[in-house]
Formats: sequence, C-alpha cells, structure tokens
Amino acid sequence: MGSAHVRRAVALGVPLVLAILFPLLVNNPYLVSVAVSAYVTAIAVYGLNVMLGYTGQLSLAHAGFYGIGGYTVGILTSDYGFSFWLALPIALAFTSLLGHLIGLAALRTRHDYFAIFTLAVGVMIVIVIERWESLTGGTDGLIGIPAPGSIGPLSFTSLNSQYYLALAFLVFTIYVVWSLMHSLVGRTFLAVRNSEELARAVGIDAGRTHQLSFVISAALAALGGGLYAAFSGSIGPDVGDVPMTFNMLVYLMIGGVASLPGPLVGTILIMGLMQALQAFQEYTLMILGPILILVVVFFPGGLAGQGKVLFERLTRREADQ
Amino acid sequence: MTLFAQQFVNGIALGSVYALVALGLTLVYGVLKVPNFAHGALYMAGAYVVYVMLTAVGGSYALAIAVAVVVIAVMGAAMEFVVFRRLEGKSSVHAMIAALGVLFFLEGTADVIWGPDFRPVPTPLDGVVTAFGINITEQRILVIVAAIVAMAGLYFLLKRTLVGMSIEAMAQDREGALLVGIDTRRVALITFAISGALAAIAGALIAPLVLVFPTMGAVIILKAFVIVILGGMGSVPGAILGGYLLALAETMAGTYVAFAFSELIAFALLVLVLVFRPTGLFQKGV
Repeated sequence: MGSAHVRRAVALGVPLVLAILFPLLVNNPYLVSVAVSAYVTAIAVYGLNVMLGYTGQLSLAHAGFYGIGGYTVGILTSDYGFSFWLALPIALAFTSLLGHLIGLAALRTRHDYFAIFTLAVGVMIVIVIERWESLTGGTDGLIGIPAPGSIGPLSFTSLNSQYYLALAFLVFTIYVVWSLMHSLVGRTFLAVRNSEELARAVGIDAGRTHQLSFVISAALAALGGGLYAAFSGSIGPDVGDVPMTFNMLVYLMIGGVASLPGPLVGTILIMGLMQALQAFQEYTLMILGPILILVVVFFPGGLAGQGKVLFERLTRREADQ
Repeated sequence: MTLFAQQFVNGIALGSVYALVALGLTLVYGVLKVPNFAHGALYMAGAYVVYVMLTAVGGSYALAIAVAVVVIAVMGAAMEFVVFRRLEGKSSVHAMIAALGVLFFLEGTADVIWGPDFRPVPTPLDGVVTAFGINITEQRILVIVAAIVAMAGLYFLLKRTLVGMSIEAMAQDREGALLVGIDTRRVALITFAISGALAAIAGALIAPLVLVFPTMGAVIILKAFVIVILGGMGSVPGAILGGYLLALAETMAGTYVAFAFSELIAFALLVLVLVFRPTGLFQKGV
C-alpha cells in the first residue's frame, strides 16, 4: 500500500519537477517555445481523449473547436480590446455552447455516422472561418493578438513566463480530466463506451452522457486554442482545419488513447520529433499515416498501453517471487 | 428553358462522377461496415494516373483510363490486404482511424511527388456538340455515357456473376455468407478492387474538366458520404440516385440562387437527413 503511494508520487512528481526546471535546464528559447506549443496542443488532445477514449466516439470536428476557441480569443482581444483573462472564459463558454448545439444534432448518431457528421461539421467550420473575412481575416487569418495580460505582479510577456502559464493550464487540464474519470460521471462515460445498451439498462442516460463528454471535449479544445492564439500572436484557418484533427489523433493514438498520460506523452514526443526532423517536413503526412495504421493494428493502447503491459508484467514477476 | 436544359445536362455530368464515387464507397461500406475515409484519395490517385499518362507517358485517353482503373483497383485491394484485413473483429473506431491514416498517407505521397500545385490535364476531347440550343462539350458526353456503361457493368457483375452475388450476400450477412462457404476475405479484396476501379473511372473522367491536386478528393468524399447516407449506407441504387439528385440540386441552386449556396446544399442535406432520418431515405429494411 505504502509503496503504491510512493510509486504514484514519483510518477507524478518527477515529470512535474522536470517540467518546472525545463526552461532552466535547456536554456534554449527555441526549445521552450516548442514546449509551449506542445503543452497547448496537449490540452486539446486531452479533450479529444475524453470523447474518443472515454466515451468511444471519434469526433473529426475537434480542431474546429480548437480554432473557434482561438479565433474567439483573438477577435475579442485584438479587435475589441478585451483582456485575455476575460476573453478566455468567454471563448470557453461560447465554444461549449456551440459544442452543445452541434452535439444535439450530431449525437443523434453514433460511431461511423457520428464520425462522418463531425467531419462535415469540421469542414463547415473552416468554410465559415475562411469566408467570414470581416470578422476572421479570411484565409490571411488574424495577426497582432496580444499576449495574456498581467495578473497582479505576474506578467506573461516573456517566453519563460508563458511557458509556466501553459504548464499551469496543462496541469489544471490533467487534474480536471483525472478528477472527472475518478468521479461517478467518469464511470458512466466508460459504461456508455463499453456497452450503451448495458448502460441504459442500469439507468444511465446515455444521450446526456455523450452530450456532456462532447461539451467537455469542445471546451478543452477551446482552452488549448485560446492559449495558442494568445501565445503565438496570430491564428489562421488551417489551425482549425481537419488535418489538425488528424495530427491530434496521431498524438493521442501514439501516446495512448483512454489513458491519462497518453495525450501528453504522444503530443510531446511527436511534436518534438517533428521539430527535430523539420528538414523532412514535406514527408510528415507520408510518414505519420503509416505510423497511425501500425499503432491501430498492433498497439491499439499506444505507448501508455504498452508501458502499462510492461509494468504489469514486471510487477507480476515480483509478486510471483 | 434553354438555360434549364443546359444546366440539367451539366448536372447530370457532375452527378455521373458523384454517383461513381458514392458507389465505390457504398460497396465497401456494405462489406466492411466502416466508412472508408481514404476513398477520396483513390479518386485523386486515379486523376493523377491520367495526368501522368497524358503529359509524361503519352498514349490515348482511353489507354490512360484503362491504366488508371487497373492501378487504382490494385491500390484498393492492397488497402484491404495490408490494412483493413488486420482490423477484422476490432471496433469500428479502429478501422476509421486506420482509414484516415491511409488517406493522409496517399495525400502526403501525392504532395511529395507532384507538390501542392493545381495542375491542368490536357483535354483530349475538346469539341462541342450543339443540339436543341444547348452546348455540351464532348468530354461531358463521355462522362455521362462512360458512367452509365460503368454502372451497367457493375449491375451485371452484382446480379449475374457469382462474385457479385457473394458481395451482396456478404453485405447482407457476413456470418451467413461465411456459413454457406463464401470466402469472405477474397470477396472483401475483390470489393475493394471494384471500389478502387469505380473511383479511378470517376477521377479519370473528371481530370480533363478540372484541376488535379493532392487534396482534390476531400470535397467529393464528403459529398459521397452525404449521397451514401441519403441513399442508405450500403445501397447501390441509393448511391446512383443520390449522386444525380445532389448534383442536380447543386447545379440548379448555383444557377438560380447563388453559387456560394450550391456548396452548402450537401451539408444542409446531411444535417437534415441525420437529424430527421439517420438511416437514410431509401434504407432497405435490412
């Protein structure tokens, strides 16, 4: 019992300490900025994991919600002079509401129909972003989005301070998802994923469960998107486009779907690799496509799943001895 | 009236291409029970084969179409053999994600080979036929006629040959088909090859009328999904009828309402059908 607690403390504490020390250890602004974008993306990937991993539905509109969150923050702060700290909650609320409305229609379907429907939604979101030029800047996108304003003595203009802000939001996201999955609500998610009929039979409102999961997933996407807009200072339609959903799906599947560390591990690993191999950028899709297929066919649990298998094998051997 | 007739013919030509793409999608859905997101990439690949044949290799347009059909049919079969066969019995989410992997691999490969540029394909049939006051390019006549021939061929295959009947049997009941001795893996392989061939015909026919680029399949695949959902997933007549209807609706809306509006019709239909009748308008009682 005690050793399990120690193990958990180590599993949580070591990565957190490393993450806190990271900017000091590497002392390289480029690597820190890569980490910032990985953290921000990972927040959205956690949202995808809630929907795909915990309730079992593939939403291909996910990057659309990421884009809507980003554009809402961008438009409110740069065009209307809102504070980032007011714009971000508005973006979350607006995207959640939109997610709720889209969910009302989309969640009349499941599985393959749901994936097709959300794919169409994802394409429509990009079309609206590209056509509504007066609001979104069309295909050029928005530039000059201000960085998050100061809170008391804390200012977020330097790269390192933005890093810690992104880290704080990431930790918050992981905590929210963790508490969700350890609550009764989280268990209804899994019940609905494993068998909707069975879940209904024990009195779970499957429709409402899916709806809640979809809204949470959209809200996390918006949180990531809003942070992305404020940190990068600009946003374009491709941020909300379907290939972006594909990227997030690759991070999630490689890291490990339906696991807590999976989204973070996959996002950091693949985004880091893509930065390291920038010379091969044009081959990205050509390489990631087959990798995604290999993961789905041979390692559907991703790295986190493999790690768990390995861990269990080791501990079982310990117990046998 | 002339304008209407003119646009009607154009709509039928467009509908021929939609129907061919939707047919391949619906056939594969029938045996796999999974939407093949990579299907639009086969259509794109078919168009590129014609582009390469007409610009680099040489030879007639008919030869280019034939080569495209063979190459893409093999690609379709390879997709089944390499990827989807291994996902038998796993949840449909896995197969959908794998299909996305195939889609991005094919688009990425086309992008590496030919770059993201829009490429024009030389028009082999550039004549214009005028009848009853309407002008039709020869290419559009070919599109309409070739599509009808392809559909007739498919109908013959499905209804009159053992292979075709096995495909239909498998679409109706996979286990039942296995029980009566149908080699379901072989049938799945053949179905993917046929589906690829149909996508290739569509891509080969449209190539001289449009520009060829790596993501050209993205828009048409969405429309094919709308058609297939509208016609009932797995339904062959539904795909044909749906293809012509959607194209006619788009062409007429573009002519009489506004061009921007025509693009939204497919999405609006999708929303309406999924909200009010998720099993499709012509779904058989299977």
